[in-house]
Amino acid sequence: MAEVFVAKFAEFPDGERKIVQHGAHDIGVFHWEGQFYAYANVCLHQGGPACEGLIMHQVEDVIGPDKTLVGQKFSDTQVNFVCPWHGYEYDMKTGECVPDRRLRLKKYNVVRRGDDVFVSI
Amino acid sequence: MDLPLSSDRTWRVDEFDSGKALAHAAKQAKQRNYDQFPIIDVDSHHYELESFNEILEYMPDPVLKQLAKMANSGNSKGVGVMPGGVGYQDMGGRAIRYPLRRIEKTEPGVHRDVSLTRRWMDVMGIDIAVLFPSPMLQLGLHPQVEAEVSLATAYNRWLSERVLAEESRIRSMIYLPFNDPDASYRMVKEFAGKKGVCGFMITSVRFRPVHHNSYMKVYSAIEETGLPLAFHAGYNWGEQSMGMMNKFIAVHALGFVWYNMVHMTNWVLNAMPERFPKLKVIWIESGLAWLPFMIQRLDNEYMMRSSECPGLKKLPGEYITDMFYTSQPMEIPRDMSLLESTFKCIKAESQLLYSSDYPHWDFDLPSTIYDLPFLKEKAKRDILGGNAVKLFNLDIGAGKRTKVA
Ligand code: FES
Repeated sequence: MAEVFVAKFAEFPDGERKIVQHGAHDIGVFHWEGQFYAYANVCLHQGGPACEGLIMHQVEDVIGPDKTLVGQKFSDTQVNFVCPWHGYEYDMKTGECVPDRRLRLKKYNVVRRGDDVFVSI
Repeated sequence: MDLPLSSDRTWRVDEFDSGKALAHAAKQAKQRNYDQFPIIDVDSHHYELESFNEILEYMPDPVLKQLAKMANSGNSKGVGVMPGGVGYQDMGGRAIRYPLRRIEKTEPGVHRDVSLTRRWMDVMGIDIAVLFPSPMLQLGLHPQVEAEVSLATAYNRWLSERVLAEESRIRSMIYLPFNDPDASYRMVKEFAGKKGVCGFMITSVRFRPVHHNSYMKVYSAIEETGLPLAFHAGYNWGEQSMGMMNKFIAVHALGFVWYNMVHMTNWVLNAMPERFPKLKVIWIESGLAWLPFMIQRLDNEYMMRSSECPGLKKLPGEYITDMFYTSQPMEIPRDMSLLESTFKCIKAESQLLYSSDYPHWDFDLPSTIYDLPFLKEKAKRDILGGNAVKLFNLDIGAGKRTKVA
């Protein structure tokens, strides 16, 4: 298993993402709330750059105790990255496709060595 | 520009290039050898309101022209002049090209629409694209019939002179101001034979019965040209039944099929294919899943109530499978045998025409057809281009033409 350099830790602030291309590998690496996540940057829909779009919190319905719809909000915990081509949303923590969690992007391990961040391929 | 995101965050993006955003499509084109055979995109779009000031210069009616120019003078993109309103095509910016197209740069000296269209065509491997407007798909809802006519006239003349004349790889089917049959007839006469004109198009979102006697001269005139007539689907959240829906997904999913269902039902049951046997008809942007429904539903009722449709010489479904369909937005079911049955049911190998609908949010790449496991190579190539080359009698250059025969 090889390790591919992603970025210097200091140049990869929380909330940002980097795209790493290495041979046939096209990988999106996210730094989100102190953790790194890396996934294949090829969407399961039509092959779009799944990791290059918006990072959005999951939209949630707020249902009252009487089952009425009170409104909508953004999740406090779940965040998704969105494929920019047609909007497929992927769970940042798992790479699962949110509308159908049976589908998921290939996940890669991210390692920090001193000041450097690498992804294992 | 700063894009507003969830939880009051923003994302700063300083440049956008749709060609780069489609880099994965370029890779697909190379892997699948799209340069070996023609790919014709029978439904794609531009955003005509970005050129609205240019278009308004072509308006024939001086009073409407002044009203429209004034309404657009604050760069308000036709507010007050164009119908249509609520609709979240961009999914809150998730389809990121919507907000970012504002900052996309184009080549100097080339019309912006030509430059942007060539850019995505080249990346996707498209040889010829049939281009349609975007907001004007709802122009049939304009309460003033004369405004539809005037705006359509201006748009068609502008498109012809500024876009179609400049790039032969871009074609269009001319917008018919269908709320006025006489004006539609005049439009056919004015534009048939002009460079880049490959047919005539009725935007389906409107409330006119296509079988009304006043339209017969329009269809006759189109039939004489040998060019096809297309019905381009759309949505209308303002309609009463759609007003019951609280989500754009619902309005879009049903709306883009509903109007074409109505027009197709009228078209077939009033025996228009018998009255205009040489007129080729294309149904655009309703996907494919509605067609097995239409065929089964109409055939079943026709068997019991054929006395209401004495003009028919065969089953409604048999007329439906004689017509042409664009592929997008092609429903990809979890059970692919459903799609395979649909292809068989509509005689897709000869009647289906690939379309991207790019740059709209639900666009389809050529790979949506090329990667279908149940199609042979010849069928893939026919759907991606060969069927359109024959239907429109396109000149695509000798090299690729041989791949079609
Ligand atoms: S390719 Fe990613 S959403 Fe379609």
